[in-house]
Amino acid sequence: MNTLQNFSKGLIKENPVLVLVLGTCPTLATSTSVSGALGMGAAATVVLLCSNIVISALRKVIPDKVRIPCYIVLIAGFVTMVQMLVKAFAPALDETLGIYLPLIVVNCIILGRAEMFANKNKVFDSAVDALGMGAGFTLALTLMATIREVFGNGTFFGISIPILSDNHISILTMAPGGFFVFGLLIAAVNKWGKHKPKKKDFGCEGCPNADSCSQKSCEAVNQEVTA
Amino acid sequence: MDIKGLLIILLSAAFINNYVLSRFLGICPFLGVSKKLDSATGMSLAVIFVMLIATAVTWPIQMYLLVPNHLEYLQTIVFILVIAALVQLVEIVLKRYIPALHKSLGVYLPLITTNCAVLGVTILNIDSGYDFLQSMVNSLGSGLGFFLAMVMFSGVRSTLEGSDIPKSFKGLPITLIAAAITSLSFLGFGGVIENLFA
Repeated sequence: MNTLQNFSKGLIKENPVLVLVLGTCPTLATSTSVSGALGMGAAATVVLLCSNIVISALRKVIPDKVRIPCYIVLIAGFVTMVQMLVKAFAPALDETLGIYLPLIVVNCIILGRAEMFANKNKVFDSAVDALGMGAGFTLALTLMATIREVFGNGTFFGISIPILSDNHISILTMAPGGFFVFGLLIAAVNKWGKHKPKKKDFGCEGCPNADSCSQKSCEAVNQEVTA
Repeated sequence: MDIKGLLIILLSAAFINNYVLSRFLGICPFLGVSKKLDSATGMSLAVIFVMLIATAVTWPIQMYLLVPNHLEYLQTIVFILVIAALVQLVEIVLKRYIPALHKSLGVYLPLITTNCAVLGVTILNIDSGYDFLQSMVNSLGSGLGFFLAMVMFSGVRSTLEGSDIPKSFKGLPITLIAAAITSLSFLGFGGVIENLFA
């Protein structure tokens, strides 16, 4: 796989939000405005890039048995750094993102890329993978935020749009609208996506933590679900 | 003791600011484990349990360890580690001493470590400036809200199962649309709780 393919797979083919369905919580929560979505995307990308580089560089040092705690500490460290930078230089963004900024720690995408890519690949490839996945996350978030802000609030980037601002559907910016728009987007991906959706349903098999969080428990839950 | 204040915290955490349906925390288990009523109940009981224990441990850590030493910036790292270690510990203790409870909750415990609802509730308790009792009540309310959402939604999904759904909406999309409608019903609670005690 060359570098370009490695980068572009995160954008469309393996888009973390719309195809892999990871990181749903921040996607739903921070997509009410385009500026918030871009901020969240950028913050998550920075954390993902840093954690992928460091985890890839340390992949031969970190003992296999304690790798997940190690990854979590590294990721939490980078999240703290990003948190402090945002607080110092973009207080408005800090206000918008609120609790979701520290919660990047538990974002499935970041731990997932560490587990699926960074601990098996070279530093450069991992960095490219992180940039691609981060861009894909930001793209999906911005797409959702555009729909929700334009139709829900009648504005784009805070600038009001003539006709829509008088006829906005405010429910789209509220919680139900998030679920609704996300559902529609995934349906659109299912409909027009080139390859068939691999996952019929949402379960542990899609979760990158499945291997690490002791797969037995996931299997048990799945069996119970399918039984 | 301000019972009224505590009741307001409890009810608003469970209904108005429902963690799943209006704050979007813990969406993964909400969508993943809500297919059957038993697993939805088991998962949410485990979440309530872990939320309470996590709050009981992280609140004192923040107030008596981080704040006096001016280490508030370590909050994220410390909390996630404490929660991860705690979940492991609870699992081991349950397995050894209360096997019956471990049998019903055990499978869900490891999945909760990276559940954003648990980390979210511990951080929100600190951010909202609650004292220890208020934090515990808030965690209980949040957990109960999660339970309510899970149980309600598993009912919705079992109805969905037999219905005729457009091809591209099968699976996750229709689940999300159903979640939107469930979430819509929770909007109705807005403003009710404050007026209840006015």
